[in-house]
Amino acid sequence: MKLVVLLKQTFDTEAKIVLKDGKIDDSGVTLIINPYDEFAVEEALRIKEKLGQGEVVVVSAGSDRAQEALRQALAMGADRAVLVKTDGLQLDEMVVAEVLAKVLQQMEYDLILAGWRAIDDSSAQVGVRVAEILGLPQINLVTKLEVGEGKITGHREIEGGTEVVEVPLPALVTAQRGLNEPRYPSMKGIMQAKKKELKVINAVDLGVNATPKVEIKEIFLPKGKQAGKIFTDEPAVAVAKLVKALREEAKVI
Amino acid sequence: MGKVWVVAEQREGKLKKVTFEMVTLARQIGGEVEGVVIGKDVKGLASELGEYGVGKVYVADHPDLEQYTTAKYTRVLAELINKEKPEVVLIANSAQGRDFAPRTAQRVGAGQVSDITGYEEGVFVRPIYAGKAYTKVGATSHPLIVTVRPNVFPAAEKAGGQAAIEEVAVSFMPEDLKAIVKEVVKQVSGRPELTEADIIVSGGRGMKGPENFKLLEDLADVLGAAVGASRAAVDAGWREHRYQVGQTGKTVSPSLYIAVGISGAIQHLAGMGSSKVIVAINKDPEANIFKVADYGIVGDLFEIVPLLTEEFKKLLKS
Ligand SMILES: Cc1cc2nc3c(=O)[nH]c(=O)nc-3n(C[C@H](O)[C@H](O)[C@H](O)COP(=O)(O)OP(=O)(O)OC[C@H]3O[C@@H](n4cnc5c(N)ncnc54)[C@H](O)[C@@H]3O)c2cc1C
Repeated sequence: MKLVVLLKQTFDTEAKIVLKDGKIDDSGVTLIINPYDEFAVEEALRIKEKLGQGEVVVVSAGSDRAQEALRQALAMGADRAVLVKTDGLQLDEMVVAEVLAKVLQQMEYDLILAGWRAIDDSSAQVGVRVAEILGLPQINLVTKLEVGEGKITGHREIEGGTEVVEVPLPALVTAQRGLNEPRYPSMKGIMQAKKKELKVINAVDLGVNATPKVEIKEIFLPKGKQAGKIFTDEPAVAVAKLVKALREEAKVI
Repeated sequence: MGKVWVVAEQREGKLKKVTFEMVTLARQIGGEVEGVVIGKDVKGLASELGEYGVGKVYVADHPDLEQYTTAKYTRVLAELINKEKPEVVLIANSAQGRDFAPRTAQRVGAGQVSDITGYEEGVFVRPIYAGKAYTKVGATSHPLIVTVRPNVFPAAEKAGGQAAIEEVAVSFMPEDLKAIVKEVVKQVSGRPELTEADIIVSGGRGMKGPENFKLLEDLADVLGAAVGASRAAVDAGWREHRYQVGQTGKTVSPSLYIAVGISGAIQHLAGMGSSKVIVAINKDPEANIFKVADYGIVGDLFEIVPLLTEEFKKLLKS
């Protein structure tokens, strides 16, 4: 089975956000694999292991630095990686999806996995847009996945419950927390990763002609919050004061 | 500004609150506010929307639309957009909306602004980096698809009035029917859904064990609240994943969020930072959660929570 995972490199979850010339400054920031994409990588590896055959290819659109994230996925056990360098391109979610789809069209796949969102811009669009471009059915926000003969069944989270959906392969699924616990790369995995193929291509050479449909006009940091009212009295008094404040001041009860 | 569409979110023949919140937003944006209702036996909902001041409502009513699937909704909405050319299309940022919005956007060649929490003169405001920064996003072309975070905009009030109802012819292509919904497992709970709840009571590692969540459930019952959890509580196996609030959990914006025995790690704040009023109960006065809390009590939760439940009971009964 040919498994492809879409992977994005994101800021470490603890990273402090600093603006420089109105843009987000990434100098000195630790970068990680987007946590939802890690679930996707893990799931692909598990499917391959279960079937006892197949190939897991990780594909990322981003800057040169994203090679670190791809190497890490290779160290987890992916077979090979592709980086599409997007430097110099005007991007929005549609353009990124078009770029990734162009690369995927040159590959073989039975199942494409992605995180349901990236924790940096949290747009939750790219995976689904890729599915649309490639004409694949999708199962979004999957917390359990079963691969059958020519089809997959995904349990996906919906408000107030779970939906079990079956679609024919090839298909695209997006991963939600709960799907699995991603493994850590082993020492052996890290050594092997160095020898695995990591192909770098330039997005500009792909001939994508989509242009951004949305534009970020401004990035700003939230205003610091005013210190709240902390009650340190003995419990009964503190509780009475809190409830009174919620009713009379905050008016939320 | 041309037409601004509100794609109604309905479940089991009822319009969801977020639909009325989107009507408020649509009015702020200006232009002609129109509605879209998709489902089976949903004509009644279209007239209901009219009472909230929506001038025209497109209704796609079809037996095959009883069960939601991505492909079916995308087919209906994309065709309608191509025909009617709205300028802005508002869709709820719910599990369902998130699923068909980007697919529809891609099909009609539109940009999308996801999970917005504000609107200012032509641009949409949304958090990025888990609320550590915000962006103002504008469209370079139309239509523009916008998904709207529930609980952020006030719900529109009934204004009286009647909508012109336009029935939409629905037909599917074979590929639209390939996805089969085998089963829908409903969570049976008398409590509101986390992402829709007006009040949330959440517990963390400080709860010490699954059995103690009973304390929070009692409090939640008095308040009609949902019960959430931190990742530490979920990882410990005390609560299911679906109740996790945070960066790798749910994003919520209730009017009141009560964090109990939660330290306030950045990844937790990422999910609840847009709550209107935050209350923290923690025995550690230095806990990070107090930095974002509007109100807090420093103390032992096992003492505070039962007292709090009693106090609310007294207040809400009188
Ligand atoms: C990639 C990534 C994603 C993550 N995603 C999420 C996420 O989505 N959601 C999330 O919540 N976390 C997430 N985390 C984890 C996060 O970093 C924290 O570890 C987690 O939020 C801590 O949970 P907690 O506050 O319940 O536990 P702790 O940090 O252990 O805090 C427990 C608190 O309880 C207090 N306490 C203990 N006993 C009592 C008592 N008797 N009375 C009163 N107070 C008491 C303590 O003072 C302490 O402040 C993520 C981490 C990573 C790396």
